[in-house]
Amino acid sequence: MNEVGKSLPKIDGVGLALGRPAYTDDLAPRPALVVRALRSPHAFARLKSIDTAAAEAIDGVACVLTWRDVPRVAVTRAGQGHPEPSPRDRFILDEYVRHVGDEVAVVAADSEAAAVAALAALVVDYEVLEPVLDFEQAEDHATVLHSEPEIHENFPIGFEPTRNIASAYAMHVGDVDKVVQDAEVVLRRTYYTQAQQHVALEPMVCATWLDLHGRLNVLTSTQTPWHVRRIMARALEMPVGEIRVNKPRIGGGFGGKQMIHGELLCGLVTRRTGKAARMVYSRREVFAATNTRHPMRMDITLAADRGGHLRAIDMQALSDTGAYGEHALTVFMVAGAKTLPLYNKVEAVRFGGKTVYTNRVPGGAFRGYGAIQGNYALESALAELAHELDLDPVELRRMNMIAEGETSPIFAIMGEGTEGVAMTIDSCKLPACIDRGMELIGWGEKYPRREAGPEKVRGVGMALAMQGSGIPGIDMAAATLKLNDFGSFNLLIGATDLGTGSDTILAQIAAETLSVSTDLIKVYSSDTDRTPFDTGAYASSTTYVSGHAVRTAAQKMRAALLTEGAAMLGCAEKDAVFDGAEVRGPDGAISLEDLSTRLLYSQNQKQLCTTGSHLCEKSPPPYLAAFAEVEVDLGTGKVDLIDFVAVVDCGQAINPNLARVQVEGGLAQGIGMALTEEVRYGKRGTLLTGDMMTYRIPARQDIPRLTVELAASHEPSGPFGAKSVGEIGIDTPPAAIANAVFNAVGVRVRDLPLTAEKVLMALREGRAK
Amino acid sequence: MTIVFTLNDREVTWEIEPTETLLQALRRNGLVGAKEGCDTASCGVCTVLLDNKPVPSCAVPAARVDGHTVTTVEGVQDQARRIGEAMAAEGADQCGYCTPGLVMSLVAMEKELDQPDDEQIRSYLAGNMCRCSGYTSQMRAVRKYLGGGR
Repeated sequence: MNEVGKSLPKIDGVGLALGRPAYTDDLAPRPALVVRALRSPHAFARLKSIDTAAAEAIDGVACVLTWRDVPRVAVTRAGQGHPEPSPRDRFILDEYVRHVGDEVAVVAADSEAAAVAALAALVVDYEVLEPVLDFEQAEDHATVLHSEPEIHENFPIGFEPTRNIASAYAMHVGDVDKVVQDAEVVLRRTYYTQAQQHVALEPMVCATWLDLHGRLNVLTSTQTPWHVRRIMARALEMPVGEIRVNKPRIGGGFGGKQMIHGELLCGLVTRRTGKAARMVYSRREVFAATNTRHPMRMDITLAADRGGHLRAIDMQALSDTGAYGEHALTVFMVAGAKTLPLYNKVEAVRFGGKTVYTNRVPGGAFRGYGAIQGNYALESALAELAHELDLDPVELRRMNMIAEGETSPIFAIMGEGTEGVAMTIDSCKLPACIDRGMELIGWGEKYPRREAGPEKVRGVGMALAMQGSGIPGIDMAAATLKLNDFGSFNLLIGATDLGTGSDTILAQIAAETLSVSTDLIKVYSSDTDRTPFDTGAYASSTTYVSGHAVRTAAQKMRAALLTEGAAMLGCAEKDAVFDGAEVRGPDGAISLEDLSTRLLYSQNQKQLCTTGSHLCEKSPPPYLAAFAEVEVDLGTGKVDLIDFVAVVDCGQAINPNLARVQVEGGLAQGIGMALTEEVRYGKRGTLLTGDMMTYRIPARQDIPRLTVELAASHEPSGPFGAKSVGEIGIDTPPAAIANAVFNAVGVRVRDLPLTAEKVLMALREGRAK
Repeated sequence: MTIVFTLNDREVTWEIEPTETLLQALRRNGLVGAKEGCDTASCGVCTVLLDNKPVPSCAVPAARVDGHTVTTVEGVQDQARRIGEAMAAEGADQCGYCTPGLVMSLVAMEKELDQPDDEQIRSYLAGNMCRCSGYTSQMRAVRKYLGGGR
């Protein structure tokens, strides 16, 4: 292979370093109305009245909209396939506000100053209601968040809004209770994971305007342009064909831009005023009014024999979706679906529980998407079981983990929101990942602990992970290749590069298939008018699903070039070959440059344009073995990360550098979740972590060392042997670090993050918390 | 109000709003290399040089640069290109939103520190946050750039 497997530079890297206009706010039309939302100071309230007269009278104010001015159509803001597996439980604006930061009203003005003045001039009479702030008390609470008659589920997801239940799910294989009853060893534990914020450095930004034809154009920083278009059309009561959504460069997403944010408000302002409008979220708004990772409680039961053979796993979870049910069911299901199949030798497995509403910032999609919550619980519990059985935790995994050629009944039972798809694991290099990871961390010398100076102890811990590669039977992607004169190609893709480098790796796949150099492939991505469809950048789908579509388009282009080349050479197609540079027949050759130019200008004239579509039929998991080394300060409880080793099986890496950095970046976000990141609220539901001073993502000095290697692997069903790599990096740090802390100092903190305070309290209590 | 200052080696006269930040004024005038990240001077995405020192332009009132020298990524395109190439060679660029800010801190660091070690580099660049890369690849790129870029 010439192009695939090479660490080519990301095609947009230098342009972005130069600071060229690239992101939504750089490119948004000017002048444009400044759109700002008035946000609720209360966790739960009814809007008794909103007096807009003073705001509307301010010079430069173009419009003020309240819930009385918007279409009464229930939608979900979750950017998911159609029909969405999330409940349609919100409106563009509503009579009720359900979390601090929820939208009360929207203003649009000629200037920032006029918009700010208009917000201040709105007079709102709130009827403050008793909020639900503890998710363990939410079910059947006296306060019901959602009683709107219009809200509904699109198909059965266990939606019971009168009981504050957004979704419910249950599955089982075998008789868990019986196995637990018979087992030699039973371990029961409860773990808690917190709300985490994506903190993409580019906030949510969108701009809207009407074009020459009166169509609504939307420029937005989104991971899912087609879902945005479809949901906007529903919410604004307009035909889908009257909306164009285009995403330029995106300044990070991590799932945070798999929800709709300002697009509905901004689009409505443009519809009402006829003017261009622009909405840029402040960082405070990103924290208070977008989404977080769903916090969960995981009750886990492991049954095993004394030798460490797992016999049953029971995982019962409670998930907090906050004020709205974005991704409520699907994140919940992934907590089981993308963890439990790792240990497929069990006689019985059970998974279930509910997702409940509370008056907090809504949950939503976030890299890992439930798998990190489930992983923390399962991989912590396995470490606890190993400790109880006095077994090496690595050996316990080796004895029980899935292997190539095997399957798990869970694949067929659990999909995302629906049933799954049965599959056999054709690539799983976990044994090699574990061996190499142990070598890199120095497990033999370092496990479990060693003194590192006065009051300091170092320990190592480990965890395994799996993820998926797209949502089988649902995720569809398409790509079009267009031949230009003088031999370059346009690659038009719906796949949405959110900073991962997917435009680059998709160009590499096209180039490899065509045997041309990647720089001949000119990529244009994600525009609902100008590129073919793609469900979007989520569920670790782009390389595996969109990559397939690109390869198919390129195979068709290759065949077309051969047909046209043979025709020009006057030979039979079967006698011609194409090597990327020229089509050669028995009696001569024609260069790609010449062929492509003649096709447009002088001979057999036509446009060569080929399209490939791909529906993901299975979802081969990437795998990862992680090893953390931490240093715990016995005096303060502070946990410092010393090293984090991850060896990943992502199949054949299309671009090893970009694959590696996907894992490194995922690890860093997982390390943040393990140690410092937590969305916190005051007693009345006020957000306490509304900026980057109070919500702490890892800084450069928090991550001294990440050691990432890619295992040699090939997934037969993937494009050139590739699987996904975008999410799996985030899954293991919470469990691996918690396990390392236990191995270092013998305390087990079962709620994230592992703050110095919690570790110190546990140390003082002298027992596992 | 009117301010006169040196922007990327040229004297300019700008009409600004008294309450405007330097970041807002720059972007309003088409210099979009500096970007808004956090609004609280925490993330480093809006870093520019004020009298050759890196500052978060979201926390500098535009009025304060009157009579001073401001350098943005648009004014250091050669270095930005070399840094960008070093970053791209390591796959460290990712979403790129933080890159121009990092470029400006690196430009300042090169002037201030001679042959910095990893600890000094980490410390100097501590204010430039990145949510995509996990920093490790950035450090690889910075070392490469410093080793061969001057």
